Parts: sequence; C-alpha cells; structure tokens
Amino acid sequence: MQSKPMALTILDVLSIIGIGVATYFALVYAPTEAVMGNVQRVFYFHVGTAWVGLVGFVVAAVSGIVYLVTKDMRWDRFEVAAVEVSTMFFFITIVLGSIWARPAWNTWWTWDPRLTTAAVTELIYIAYFMLRAGIEEPEKRARFGAVYALLGGLSAPITFMVIRLFRTIHPVVVGTASAEAQGGFDMSGDMLTSMFVSLGAFTILFVSLMWHRIRLGGLEEKVEELKLKVSM
Amino acid sequence: MKEPTPSFFKAVFAIAHKDLAAEFRSRELLSAMLVFSMLVILIFNFALELDVKVRQSVTAGVLWTTFAFAGTLGLNRSMAVEKDRGCMDGLLLAPVDRSAIFFGKAISNLAFMLVVEAIVIPLYAMLYNETRIFQWEFLGVLLLGSIGYISVGTLLSAMSVQTRTRDVLLPILLFPVAVPVLLASVKASGGIVAGLPFEEILAPLNLLIVYDVIFLATSFMIFDYVVEE
Amino acid sequence: MIEVKKLIKRFGLKTILKGLDFTVQPGEFVALLGPNGAGKTTFLRILASLSRPSLGSVKVAGYSLPNESAKVRARLGVVSHMPLLYPDLTAEENLQFYARMYGLQNQASRITEVLGMVGLEARRKDLVRTFSRGMQQRLAIGRAIIHDPEVVLFDEPYTGLDQDASEMLDEVLRSVAAKGRTVVMTSHDLARAEDLATRFDVLTRGVIVSSGSREDFKNSNLLDFYKKALEA
Repeated sequence: MQSKPMALTILDVLSIIGIGVATYFALVYAPTEAVMGNVQRVFYFHVGTAWVGLVGFVVAAVSGIVYLVTKDMRWDRFEVAAVEVSTMFFFITIVLGSIWARPAWNTWWTWDPRLTTAAVTELIYIAYFMLRAGIEEPEKRARFGAVYALLGGLSAPITFMVIRLFRTIHPVVVGTASAEAQGGFDMSGDMLTSMFVSLGAFTILFVSLMWHRIRLGGLEEKVEELKLKVSM
Repeated sequence: MKEPTPSFFKAVFAIAHKDLAAEFRSRELLSAMLVFSMLVILIFNFALELDVKVRQSVTAGVLWTTFAFAGTLGLNRSMAVEKDRGCMDGLLLAPVDRSAIFFGKAISNLAFMLVVEAIVIPLYAMLYNETRIFQWEFLGVLLLGSIGYISVGTLLSAMSVQTRTRDVLLPILLFPVAVPVLLASVKASGGIVAGLPFEEILAPLNLLIVYDVIFLATSFMIFDYVVEE
Repeated sequence: MIEVKKLIKRFGLKTILKGLDFTVQPGEFVALLGPNGAGKTTFLRILASLSRPSLGSVKVAGYSLPNESAKVRARLGVVSHMPLLYPDLTAEENLQFYARMYGLQNQASRITEVLGMVGLEARRKDLVRTFSRGMQQRLAIGRAIIHDPEVVLFDEPYTGLDQDASEMLDEVLRSVAAKGRTVVMTSHDLARAEDLATRFDVLTRGVIVSSGSREDFKNSNLLDFYKKALEA
C-alpha cells in the first residue's frame, strides 16, 4: 500500500490556503462594481472554475490521444481524472454564472454562445461517462473513452463558433464600450488582481484534485487485482 | 496459389454495394426512416402550428431535426447488422485497411440519409407549399450537413454497438458532438429559405465545411481504434 | 505454418493466455480441446488477427502478427459459430462480396466452383435468410475458403447443428475446407474432433497442457486422453 506522497499533502494545504485567500480577495479586497453591485463578486470564482474546467477538457483530449498511441493505462486514469474534475468545475461555473445572470440580465439562463457551449460540453462529458459505464472490459473502455474525449475536444470549439453566429449577450470580459452595454464592466487594477488570485488558487486546487483522482484510479485497479487474486 | 490483390477503393465499393443491395431488397431501414420522418413532421405540424408565418423561420429547423432523428435510426441499424451476425469479423478478416470499412459504411449510411431527404423534402414542399427549399444552395447545405453528420455518426455507431447499452447510447453520444453540424446547417439553410444574400450564409457554410473536413479526417484516422481488440 | 511462442493475452487485469506455446506443421489438422473459459476462442481470435497479443510472438503462414496482419489475412480463412453472412443477400451475392473484399481474379468462376464444392449450387439465387442453419454453415465454409487460404480456423463450427446437419458439415469440412490446408479447430464435440483431426491439443488455464496424435492413444481413446490432460 503506497502512502500519500508528501508533495500531494503540501498541495492540499496550498489549495486550502489558496481558496481562502481567493475568497478574501473576491469578497473583501476587490472593490464593489459600480453598476452591478456585490453580485459581481461571483465573477472571480466563475472565471476561476471556468478556466480549470476548460484546461481539464483540453488535458483530457490530449491524454486521449496519448493513450491511443501508447496504450498505457496510466493515461486513461489521467483522462478520467481530468474529465471528472472538469465536469464538476464546469457545473459550478454554470451555476455561478446563473447566479450572476439573474440580476445582470434578469434571467437565470440565456442561449448565449458561451452558456450554450458550456451546456453542450457538459452534456458531451456526461455522455462520456455513460459510454464508459456501458463497457465491461477495461482496455476497450479506455480506448472508446479516449476516442470520445478527442471528438468532444474537437467539437466544442466549433460549437462555440457556430452558436456565436446566432447571438450573444455574454460580456466580453475586459470591456469594450459595446460589451458594457450588455452587462460587461471595466476592470480596475484591484479587480484584475483578484481575478488572477482566483485563477491561481483554482489551478492549484485543480492539480491537487486531479492527483487525488489519479491515485484513486490506481488504487481501484489494485483492489480489482487483489479481488482477482482472492477469487483464484 | 494465386496472390489476392485487394484494393482500397474496391473494398470500399464492395461494402457500400452490398449494403445498398441488401437494403434494396428488404427496404427495412429506409421504410423505418421514412415513416419515422413523416411522424416527426406530423408532430411538429401540430406542436408548432406550422402556419405560413411560423413556417418561414422554422422550416430549416424542422427538417434538420427530422433528418437527425431518422439518421440515428439508420446508423444504429446499419451497424447492428454487422455486429449481430458476426459480419464485422468478416469485414475485419479481409486483407484491406480498416478505414476502408469506415468509408464503405459511411457511404452507404450517407446514401440512406440522402434517399430519405430526397423523399421528405418534396413531400414537405408539397404539404406546406414551400418551394424555396428547391434551391441549389439549399441542397448543397443538405449534402454538406449530411456528410458531417454521417461521418461522425458512423464512427460513433461502431462504438455504441459494442456496448451494453447500445440501443440508447448512439443518440446520446452523437447529438452533443454533432451540435455544430446541425446548428450550422439550420443557420445556413434557414438563411436560404428566408432569401438572405449569399454573403450572409457564408459564415455557417464555412463552419460546416470546416466541421466536415475535421471530422471526416479524424474518423478516418481513429476508426482503427474503434474496431480493434 | 503456425508458430506461437510465449503468447500472453490480458483483458484488463485478467490474464487469459499465460505464455502459451503452439506449433502447427503444414497440412496438420489440430483439434484444440479444453473446458469453457480456457481461452480457446481468444486464442483463435489472436491467430485470426482479430485480437492483438499482449506479449509474445505469433507467426501465421510465415508472417508475424500483428505487424503483417494484412498478409496473414490474405492467407487465412475463418469459420466460426456465427455464419458471418448477410441474410438479405443471396448465396451468390454473399460470396461475391467476400470475393471483392479479397480482390480475387475470375470471381464468377471461383464462386461457381465454391458453391459446387459446398453443395449449394441449386440455391445460389436464394436469400441466405431462407437457408437452414446447416446450409448457412456450409455457405460459411465456402465464404472462408473463397480465396483459397493456406490456413483455416474453425471455432466451434457445430454449434446449433442437429445430427444430420453435423454429418453433412463433417463431410464438407473434410473434403473442402481441410483438404491441402493447415487447420486448427476448437470443439466441444470430442467424437467429431476425433474423426477429423490428426493431432489433439488440450488448452486449459491459459496454456497447452498436453498434445498427442491418434497413434499415441493406442488402446485408449480421445476421451481418456482428454480427462488425463485435465487432471494433470
């Protein structure tokens, strides 16, 4: 039984501290936005979770390719970890976005490119888990998962571009004049700092969660192995 | 001993040919797709109250939804035929590159989808007196959209038939990945029906072509991983 | 003709074949016997290039798998318990399809020849869905030898056949499929295997535990040999 690596423990502590600091920056340090008021503070975590969500999906697609080339099961665990953690973060992003959208746009949900793409991406990765659940054999599950993660990674950006042809009201984050009219805002220096603190904190948290999930995958496999030994 | 000389294109042709020949005889797949399409349009007719005004804006959407649904029926069935009687093994045993199997199946799937479209579209035009869908641009979009949908659909159906939950899984896997091709097609063909100038439909058309190229190439390259063991 | 060394096949964590060695001389007819789940079908699928070996070397007809699988496939015919035929095509069309897949010359004459060999000339224009199980299996043999392969693999060819059909299949197996070729067959039916094969190998727990030819049995029979092999 391998014990928890030291570096991972350090990472855990760092992510707790990081999220604490980011919370402070978002709720206290950052100035209140003039038009939208306090609800805009949700933005810092919204961007933080969206960022790691997106990174995770790119990581998943890339590790899918690496798995197909190397056939090394470690990459499969990497891919599952990335998709699982990102699916969760992306869900949080969507919820936080809704909370922000309610006062800003006067609606919980709107079929804007970013929102729709987020929803479609989330559906792709739910389908990913359903696909995996339907396959018994680990090697085939890994292979199909990798193929689907790759397809999902390819289609998401095109989805975004297509939906942009329909309409958009989502603020382009760092505002132009027209963005401001749609609920965007100009970021002051303190706001920018808070945003980057949040990005950093979530990145650390993401790496730490990924690591935990990869370890869990390894342990799961070990359990299966032991079960097999007992039954023989 | 005579040395066999299999060629890639001959194998692609052989697979597509035998699918079409079998379908020409049984008409199981096409009749199912067609009846299903008509039912979908019937339901839309009442659900959306397809009067003259509404029709202008939803024609493209109704048609593409219909084709997407009917398409999954065909894709599922066409791959299940290979899987159920072990014929997939027969294909894999042939001394040709596995991507020939992909192209062969994709061509016959595309043919089925185009046949359904070729029957449904005139019917729709007749039912709703909508003659604007008989334009070269509209038919071109139809072809491009079908190619993209079928190429990713053929790949995914080869995966879904190998799973425990095969009958329900294909649409769940296919629709989210095919969102771009469906939406771009709706946007482009909707623009054509509304009589917009060609420049305005250029953007969705370009994305449609980009999607087709990317997904055709990817499916071609990774099909091997879907059928190997 | 077939040379397998230290073959290992894993499905996930389960090891099905555990360092199997197996050699077949040209012209031999080997019956592969063993209990259910011993890995007979898996082994045959590896020989047929349908499944990849995890470790070890496999050579069929002078070419190694999986690297030269296209060359192996051109020299290999497979008859399994599934017919691998399309029910909505006629007997002739089915053979035509496979003849095209193998890129044969003089397809029409070869198809007539093969239909004659398996005794289905009169039914050449009939749909395969109207065929009895026995006729389908005979046509399946015709399909497997359409390209005149050097090596033929039979995977439980008698599954689902009644007494009469089995006898007829015996005849076709002997006179058409096996003649002048190297054959490996898996079967549960010891009596039929005893009639057909020249050598008997017992596969259990992932390895070949025993191998003997008919002359080796002398006074005893195949059943005794098989039982002894499993006990050992």
